[in-house]
Amino acid sequence: MCGIVGLFLKDPSLGPDLGRHLTDMLVTMSDRGPDSAGIAVYRGGDDGRVKITVQAADPDAAFAGLDAALSTETGHPVQATRTDTHLILSVPADGSDALRAAIRARPDLRLMSRGDAIEIYKEVGQPRSVADRFDLPRLAGTHGIGHTRMATESAVTTLGAHPFSTGADQCLVHNGSLSNHNDLRRRLARQGVEVETENDTEVAAAYLTHRMNEGASLGEALEAGIRDLDGFYTFVVGTKTGFGVLRDPIACKPAVLAETDQYVAFGSEYRALVSLPGIEAARVWEPEPATVYFWEH
Amino acid sequence: MQTLDLAQSELRAVNAALQGEGAGSNQAFTILNPRGAHALACGLDAAIDVTVDGTTGYYCGGMNKEATIRVTGSVGPGVAENMMSGRMVIEGDASQYAGATGHGGLLVIKGNASSRCGISMKGIEIVVHGNVGHMSAFMGQAGSLVVCGDAGDALGDSLYEAKLFVRGSVKSLGADCIEKEMRPEHLDHLARLLEAGECDADPASFRRYGSARKLYNFDIDNAGAY
Repeated sequence: MCGIVGLFLKDPSLGPDLGRHLTDMLVTMSDRGPDSAGIAVYRGGDDGRVKITVQAADPDAAFAGLDAALSTETGHPVQATRTDTHLILSVPADGSDALRAAIRARPDLRLMSRGDAIEIYKEVGQPRSVADRFDLPRLAGTHGIGHTRMATESAVTTLGAHPFSTGADQCLVHNGSLSNHNDLRRRLARQGVEVETENDTEVAAAYLTHRMNEGASLGEALEAGIRDLDGFYTFVVGTKTGFGVLRDPIACKPAVLAETDQYVAFGSEYRALVSLPGIEAARVWEPEPATVYFWEH
Repeated sequence: MQTLDLAQSELRAVNAALQGEGAGSNQAFTILNPRGAHALACGLDAAIDVTVDGTTGYYCGGMNKEATIRVTGSVGPGVAENMMSGRMVIEGDASQYAGATGHGGLLVIKGNASSRCGISMKGIEIVVHGNVGHMSAFMGQAGSLVVCGDAGDALGDSLYEAKLFVRGSVKSLGADCIEKEMRPEHLDHLARLLEAGECDADPASFRRYGSARKLYNFDIDNAGAY
């Protein structure tokens, strides 16, 4: 079991409430995933800067003076905003590769996401406590995806929590388990794609990123995934401007979609959606198996 | 008529009030603000009348005996699971495995039902006004599944003696499920089910499917496969 929530805003006036709605939805799904929780939120992204989310086991030590040190190392002005164990580092776009390399050279930092708009916050613990630690309700944005985890395939660790991000502004959350992830990990490795953890979901995320790097659209990458990914899954994916849903052909893992003029919302269960504005009048349906759903701004 | 409000009362208290009605009761209840709650109105065993005003989560009306339960919204997975008798009407859609393992009673779904509707049904009668998803009536042993819309892949896979009636298209039939002749007694049976299921569809517009009974006994010609 695991819980997934997602909210894609069509009406920008709801933007300031994105975090509040996603937090309500996430906490409602605590029963489905009490061991870890995470959220990816998309905001900003048009200021010519790239954001990199990093996490540290010992944030006080790892983050002290980090922005200044990284600015010196990269030769670009790096800004940092800390939230608990996470730090959002921002740099002009032409400095992003240098910043990424400098982060990778520091073993005390874990890279969570990078991109123009994406920020990821995830930790071990009850969804309520994770939401409190990062003050998730304050997050404004255009769309976001959350996950509550009940681990089956790999250890309960920060890096094993969802969402997984393996490409710029991309993220994936997963309810289910993949049975061919070791084989797929080896096949991706032969093509130069690195997967950092033992987690099955990260392999799926890396697979989709790899497909998109080869030129596929997200929709085409998901279609290919129906053939290449074996196991049970309900996926929700995010890109800088888009939001997608895919269920495996057997479709044991639950999924509910709701759409109004103001938003598209996803929940593993309907009860995750009940606090959304106008839900009573929303079109609510269960996504079909092996069918790609995708919305874009 | 009693009103129970899940915005005011705990789920356990509401279920306990419903389950506390003894044999011979014909009390009527309305339940407000279900907001996707799980296991609502489960394990009822008196001829009470329950209206749930809204949408429920998993296992609504499970193990029902005798009670009449109407849900004005949609229901999550496993509605009327293992129903023994009574009647359940869902005005909206039903998620997967609606009516699973049901032994008796009538389940009416006015919208669509998703995958595995009527899986391992053992005597329940199910009338779906819309479509059903894949693997519906899988291993169905007894009872009837009426689908006024279309059926998904692998309808009636490994079917025993459940009777299937579909008005629309069938994407594919499961192993050992075949189309069968619709005889007068089947039309009569179907007409009764449609009437009970609040559906005015013409029985003559349906096709009947059932078990080819090829999987009942081991076939020695297949020994090599083991």
